[in-house]
Amino acid sequence: MPTPLDLAQKLAAKFEGLFEPPVEFREEITLKLTDAGRIAEVCAVAKKDLGFDYLVDISSVDNYGDDPRFSIVYELYSYADRIHLRLKTDVSEEKSELPTVTTVWKTANWHEREIYDMMGVRFSQHPDLRRILMWDGYPYFPLRKDFPLAGKPSETPEVAFSRAAPMAGGPFVTLAGGKDSQAREPRIRNPE
Amino acid sequence: MSTVQDIEFRDAAGRLAAQSGASVPDSGAPDSAAGEMLSDKMILNVGPSHPATHGVLRLVLELDGEIITKATPDIGYLHRGDEKIAENMTYTQFIPYTDRLDYLAPLANNVAYALAVEKLMGIDKLLPPRCQYIRVMCCELARISAHLLGLGAFAMDVGAMTVFLHTFTEREKIYDIIEALTGARFTTTYTRIGGLSRDLPPGWTEMVRKFLGEVVVNLDETEKLLTRNRIFVDRTRDLGVISKEMAVDYGLSGPNLRGSGVEYDLRKAHPYLVYDQLEFDIPSGSVGDCYDRYLVRMEEMRQSVRILRQCLDKLPDGPINVPDGKTVLPPKEKVLTRMEELIHQFMLVTEGMNAPPGEIYSSAENPKGELGFYIFSKGGGTPYRLKIRAPSFVNLSILSELLKGHMMSDTVSILGSLDFVMGESDR
Repeated sequence: MPTPLDLAQKLAAKFEGLFEPPVEFREEITLKLTDAGRIAEVCAVAKKDLGFDYLVDISSVDNYGDDPRFSIVYELYSYADRIHLRLKTDVSEEKSELPTVTTVWKTANWHEREIYDMMGVRFSQHPDLRRILMWDGYPYFPLRKDFPLAGKPSETPEVAFSRAAPMAGGPFVTLAGGKDSQAREPRIRNPE
Repeated sequence: MSTVQDIEFRDAAGRLAAQSGASVPDSGAPDSAAGEMLSDKMILNVGPSHPATHGVLRLVLELDGEIITKATPDIGYLHRGDEKIAENMTYTQFIPYTDRLDYLAPLANNVAYALAVEKLMGIDKLLPPRCQYIRVMCCELARISAHLLGLGAFAMDVGAMTVFLHTFTEREKIYDIIEALTGARFTTTYTRIGGLSRDLPPGWTEMVRKFLGEVVVNLDETEKLLTRNRIFVDRTRDLGVISKEMAVDYGLSGPNLRGSGVEYDLRKAHPYLVYDQLEFDIPSGSVGDCYDRYLVRMEEMRQSVRILRQCLDKLPDGPINVPDGKTVLPPKEKVLTRMEELIHQFMLVTEGMNAPPGEIYSSAENPKGELGFYIFSKGGGTPYRLKIRAPSFVNLSILSELLKGHMMSDTVSILGSLDFVMGESDR
């Protein structure tokens, strides 16, 4: 029975120099790919040779203020070995694009659409890259850190509109730090 | 008319329609204009507000006669930005939002979320046994409740109204049990990071025991109404067939995956809480059609009853919270009398607990499938990024391929058998 670390090292050995050393945290292995452009290739090998037949999830992180700005996180799972492995890769804001893995797992289709919708990262060769949770024509990417919690007004005539969330007379949630409770209300903080 | 033959039919009705369609082109040239008109595809909009879509799912169906040639699901009508909200509050403050994911099984969501944050904090192995048993009971009660509604609505959609009333009678009892436990019927917010909000009320275990005796009778009756019911079987069997490979490729989870014959259940594959100390079986289907998914859910409820009975027998005494003042609120009497506990309480409420930097993915077997939380922490009391892996979202992504080639009227059976919740899908 291989361990997650074994499989991570096997994968890294197949693509020498492309991976940073595996990181272990809370019994989970994270493997970071340095070249986002080869993610589809790596995933195809992980599925075919290492048995990662189940793509659990794809997440995205906005490291606002850092370069590269976006991280895309793939959670892989192997039914045969009962092993979970996390693949991670970074995409810069100027590029904002990496290859799709829908050719490897069909389930990636909606996950990638969601990342495009929420973060604005595009997936090249994706068969159907449209917004999924927000409506077509919505101008912003709401999960980016420079998008305020209260939202920004937007309008697509005769389709949909949005307004900034009302404060409804006082702070609703507050975060630690800052002056008074009004100033700590995250909805009035504007990161820009 | 040639378009009709391009489609692969998965059901008898579809094949029949194809045969009758194939005979049409024999008619002479003068009818060709009429033939073209007949072959024009119709676009049918189903939802977002339609009883068979169980919430606010919208389907754009392209129809050739009664056959679906293209299906485009449109989701997001219930998007509330839960992940954005999570980034702006402490871990504990987000618990009420998890109630509103799969709102048919809020207790199971609470448990799954608490487990994820506990894994990040590194206290998941420290949970007292009593807390773990109570959490397992919460999950299984939620599973019975969610499956009862799923089955009831499924049966009602294909024409069996009585079943819905039957299952709702039992759900009402579960809500009474949940109300006695948490004080609320729907929005339970029962778990805390590192424990539970309160211990079991007096008389609660007897209440559950009485319910378990009644629900098995009700399940037998429901099964009598459906399992050999000619109409129900005709409307579900060999319909919406998901092969093993397709189910894995689309990342299905929960009863939809097991209905296709993949014996994978997180409670067995990666036992969390005390599932490794309990005896239960994982039912799985053989064909992967709507009927199999129904049978799997039916059997899962019986297994849940089995788990609940064992939990009630084994339920240990003892504390329900991790004895760690820096993650779990200290007991009130100590806060009022001792300095250190007062400081802990103050820090926990104002700043939240101090999570270590790191990233984790934690998932639990929820009624709809694998509910996962990916938490990326940069340290401190709020998550830097919290991604919810919603089972309904993933299960719905198969629709555009699954619906193709079926009759319009079978959409209802297929949607019912997939048993999704839009609150979770759209987040």
